[in-house]
Amino acid sequence: MDKDMEQALQTFLVESRELLQAMEVALLDLESDPNNKDAIAAVFRAAHTIKGSAGLFGLDAIVAFAHVAENLLEKVRSGNIAITGDLIAVLLLAGDHIGALVDQTVERRGEADAPTLLAGEALARRLRAFLTHSAMPMEHESILQSSGGGPVGRDSWHISLRFGHDVLKDGMDPLSFIRYLGTLGKIVSIVTLPDAMPPLADMDAECCYLGFEIEFKSDADKTTIEKVFEFVRDECNLRILPPHSRLEEFIRLINELPEDNTRLGEILTNSGVVTPQERDNMLLCQSMRAATMESEQHDAPTVPPLGEILVQEGMVQKELVDAALEKQKQAREHKAQESKYLRVHADKLDELINLVGELVIIGASAGLQAKRLRNRALLETTSTLARLVDEIRDGTLKLRMVQIGETFNRFNRVVRDVGRELGKEIGLEIGGGETELDKSVVEKIGDPLMHLVRNAMDHGIESAELRLSRGKPAKGTVRLNACHESGSIVIEVSDDGGGLKREKILAKALEKGLISANQTLSDREVYALIFEAGFSTAEAVTNISGRGVGMDVVRSNIEALRGTVEIDSREAVGTTIRIRLPLTLAIIDGFMMGVGNAIYIAPLDMVMECRQLTPAERQDTRGHNYIDLRGSVLPFIRLREHFHCQGKLGKRENVVVVQYAGQKAGLVVDELMGEFQTVIKPLGKIFGHLKGISGSTILGSGEVALILDVPALIQSLISAEC
Amino acid sequence: MTIEIEEIGNGVCRASVTGEMTIYHAAAMKETLLPCVARCREVEINLSGVAEMDTAGFQILLLAKREASAAGKSLRLVAHSPATLEVLDLFGMASYFGDPVVISA
Repeated sequence: MDKDMEQALQTFLVESRELLQAMEVALLDLESDPNNKDAIAAVFRAAHTIKGSAGLFGLDAIVAFAHVAENLLEKVRSGNIAITGDLIAVLLLAGDHIGALVDQTVERRGEADAPTLLAGEALARRLRAFLTHSAMPMEHESILQSSGGGPVGRDSWHISLRFGHDVLKDGMDPLSFIRYLGTLGKIVSIVTLPDAMPPLADMDAECCYLGFEIEFKSDADKTTIEKVFEFVRDECNLRILPPHSRLEEFIRLINELPEDNTRLGEILTNSGVVTPQERDNMLLCQSMRAATMESEQHDAPTVPPLGEILVQEGMVQKELVDAALEKQKQAREHKAQESKYLRVHADKLDELINLVGELVIIGASAGLQAKRLRNRALLETTSTLARLVDEIRDGTLKLRMVQIGETFNRFNRVVRDVGRELGKEIGLEIGGGETELDKSVVEKIGDPLMHLVRNAMDHGIESAELRLSRGKPAKGTVRLNACHESGSIVIEVSDDGGGLKREKILAKALEKGLISANQTLSDREVYALIFEAGFSTAEAVTNISGRGVGMDVVRSNIEALRGTVEIDSREAVGTTIRIRLPLTLAIIDGFMMGVGNAIYIAPLDMVMECRQLTPAERQDTRGHNYIDLRGSVLPFIRLREHFHCQGKLGKRENVVVVQYAGQKAGLVVDELMGEFQTVIKPLGKIFGHLKGISGSTILGSGEVALILDVPALIQSLISAEC
Repeated sequence: MTIEIEEIGNGVCRASVTGEMTIYHAAAMKETLLPCVARCREVEINLSGVAEMDTAGFQILLLAKREASAAGKSLRLVAHSPATLEVLDLFGMASYFGDPVVISA
């Protein structure tokens, strides 16, 4: 497939997904507020736009199905069909089906498979059922009253089309529009006008020079016909005359069209719109009109708005003017939106971030050289440079940051559907949707979240009877919450359900041989057992969860993102699962520490304070590994011992207090070296088993420093204490 | 898309187009077909191998026909493939070219 086409298809894919998402949100809104006009309009717009774009690509399966949905939505929009829960359920399914069709035909470049098509037919039947059940008979629009000139022509529409030169280059083909027009009614006659085609030498093969005069028989109203050409509206000259139009209108049409008047008159006669006699009248009238127009121009007292004139003259129907005004407004808003957002390929961003990474390293190197040379001017320049690099780095990383709200909002549908399936009434509350995190993290967190939410609904929330007997409201609640906390983002999935049953988990763990009978475990450790592979305490395996596959996958997914997960739970009150993830995966502010000859870096966000160990404390801590920090116990690790560092002991020792997930610990090092912008370079696979190191970085001097995995270090301290 | 041109002498020339007559090849088509029209007295374009035709492709035929008619030459379209027939039909242009069209059953 051609590259441009490929890109256009990709855009179509992205846009339809966004539209379907918007449609889903709007439908869920409608469920709670059936009178929400904006939501109805949004749903209609989504179906309509997808149909239109799919038509341009010749994706017939999508067009056919979206057409059925659009018909129904049209009636819903005009208030002829009431919005019910059933209707919304079917429309949600219709949205899913369009999504499936888009996936199969665009993403996988194939035909929609048979089961999907069958499902589509069944759905289309259900959609049509709503149409036929709407008892209100549609009144046919009354024939336009004519005054003066007398009605001419027959019961068909007359459409005059002149395409702009660039429509073909913009990927739109007049053929598809005419083909599509044919689906709305019968094209009685069509005349193709190649008059605009320039002489051979000037003719650009990729420009469109065609115009059309079409006689069209259809029950559709003018808006519908006009919408056929919606996508080229700005690039073509379109005139539509309703059936039984007045003579004057044809005159005006002829006047406004670029081609020779007599020739157009002939075309109209040939296609049977007007009789030869009428044509001659017209041409006569037309010259008279031209004369009066000129004299009128001199003394025009008040000029009514253009739209009004058009309506008065019976040229356009009232609702059409309204629609046009609305459309202009939309177009303006759309433009404003467009200028706010810019679609950029993710690869470009990644490349930029890599470059910024290199810039940070080389900037540090320049700073070091300047220090060595002791050139004051140079030092000043490099420090300004460092500040700018800092800002560029932050700005670049921010480009990748997206709000988590969009991911959260997707769960509205999940909670609704799963709730129905389970026969439980469950609501979703969302908090902290504006919290930002790296796009790559957002993409990977969706699946684990989905699992946790389904789990919470299936196992967490109790049946309505049980909830009432426990004094809780019958409607259960699942909460999704996000916030920032010391350099990481915390995502919570909580429910007000039955909570985890400690005894049951312990018993199961014993049975599976995960723990031994004489182990004493804290609550958190017990709860953490549910993340072990193959662990499930559910009595019944439902098709939503309970098979014991999943929680271990959730944990490994989160760990792959350098995150952690923990559980808080109280029986009969509820469960909260807390996921902690690093904000970004590429560059961090680090704190440099020296031990012997080696340099270590801890993420600056986790460093709380630094202090020197007094000689007394150094003496005191030979045997044990904790100190007294202003009255509380602070466990610590001597990095020298932990990593078996060589090199002679420093004169002094310092303790760096780090915090993660509410746990504090000390890292004892020789030297404090200060802040450093750290570009994280992953360690090779050979170092995969290394505990306590999460990556490496290159210093300005070219030396390699190791980045400490603070959560793992704290964990090892805690387990050592037990 | 490929265009094979065979000049059978006496100012008569036979071109046969295969593949896609679409905007992607429109410029190439113009460059191949139009000189042919300029050179020859009688041009016959065989469309049996045309799998797809869009407006741009159609315009080239239109242009060729116009140039030929203007110079008093003859241009015939023969062996229309279903794809080309559909376009001619949609645009209502079969009579403009005035070629006998075989409608397959």
